[in-house]
Amino acid sequence: MTDETRTEISLLVNGETSVLIVDNRRTLLDALREQLGLTGTKKGCDQGQCGACTILVDGRRVVSCLTLAVTADGVGVTTVEGLAEDGELSPLQEAFVRLDGLQCGFCTPGQLCSAAGMLAEHAAGWPSAVTRGGTPDLDEAEIRERMSGNLCRCSAYPSIVRAIQETAVSR
Amino acid sequence: MREFAYQRATGVREALMADARYLAGGTNLVDLMKTGVETPDRLVDGRGLDLGGIRTAGDGGLVLGATATNSVVAADARVRRDYPAVSQALLAGASGQLRNMATVGGNLLQRTRCAYFADPSEPCNRREPGTGCPALHGVHHNHAILDWTEHCVATHPSDFAVPLTAFDAVVRYETLAGPGEIPLPEFYPPVGGRPDRETVLPPGALITEVVLPVAPVTRRSRYRKVRERASYAFATVSVAAALDVEDGVVRDVRVALGGVASRPWRARRAEAALLGGPATPERFRTAAAAELAAAEPLRDNAYKVTLARNLIVAVLTELEGQR
Repeated sequence: MTDETRTEISLLVNGETSVLIVDNRRTLLDALREQLGLTGTKKGCDQGQCGACTILVDGRRVVSCLTLAVTADGVGVTTVEGLAEDGELSPLQEAFVRLDGLQCGFCTPGQLCSAAGMLAEHAAGWPSAVTRGGTPDLDEAEIRERMSGNLCRCSAYPSIVRAIQETAVSR
Repeated sequence: MREFAYQRATGVREALMADARYLAGGTNLVDLMKTGVETPDRLVDGRGLDLGGIRTAGDGGLVLGATATNSVVAADARVRRDYPAVSQALLAGASGQLRNMATVGGNLLQRTRCAYFADPSEPCNRREPGTGCPALHGVHHNHAILDWTEHCVATHPSDFAVPLTAFDAVVRYETLAGPGEIPLPEFYPPVGGRPDRETVLPPGALITEVVLPVAPVTRRSRYRKVRERASYAFATVSVAAALDVEDGVVRDVRVALGGVASRPWRARRAEAALLGGPATPERFRTAAAAELAAAEPLRDNAYKVTLARNLIVAVLTELEGQR
């Protein structure tokens, strides 16, 4: 491996900065899991189709399996480990627990990060494919469309939708 | 994945000098690098370039920066007001996560989702010229019905490019020899005998902007996409249309189809059949039939001919009813 194919990067993850050397081929997903030991973020399909690896980059949800780690030098990353505040579950996490928004739990970190990003997008007035007119309420149709990038093989969708809807309403 | 060098570009000239593949959102390129379909030696990351903005053009049109994300363009108030079909097409594509990554320039350069193209163990004239097209007699229920050749029957996957083609948007690019521009209807050449030649961009060109021209007709436009599930899937057939009617007569009309050919398909026969005539469902049906008369379905995709015809009629009828 020549030096041109590896890069030293500075990753700011959940408020902590780490300096590491990555193979340019390494995805951010693998860097988080293998190099930083943050295994909350899950590898499902590894091709951008399931959403299990969803994280927040500078506050916006992205899939970490199609993000090269080298491109994340200097950006702010939030993973599921960073959603709780001062050891307390966020309202979104608490709603997932209370309303059974999961069964096996493998997709849950991605669902949580995606929902956190989605709520911010909605708050910013972003439309979805089912939006007609102005900024809509987050009804079931809106939530299902906006969360369509996160698959749940246990099909816990009804509870996931309820947990997100309850969080949105109580905001 | 093959090893590669990586650099960030801070200026367009620096990016052009790098003699590398351009990386933006990476949602298609990185995916194809993992499977070995794409094997660049060097990537130059264009997201640090000052190309992420959206601005009003001097003549009132809109200029979309090449690295503006799908999400940002779709949510832009000017896009939603003056080019609703563009916002709708972007929102109909991919997922929230991917729309936050994918960009204007990258979207136009994405590769087909033909399963044979995506699998390096299969022959594919688009990936490896001269090896053949297994889709021609293979699994092709979601392939082309218009303008295909025995060399390739794949479709272009972009939703965004469909209204851009209908609206005569213009791609602006830079090369070391200077800038240039290409209207969307000419950006993707007919597949012919060279499916590997996907755009008419000069070698090494970097897309910098896409210009949406001013046309009153685009304000009343609609993108409708039919797919195999309710969300997060590529189109089987999609339609972008815009309609301007005065005193019951079609003053201007734009129609383009997605999912039916190797490029976004501008439905010029349908437009010609409608222009200057009455805006009635009968005329919409005649126009749609005129466009699809040239269709040559493969063994397993004749349903797309009916679907495309019906979709054109449905979208035009909806637009006429909106007045």
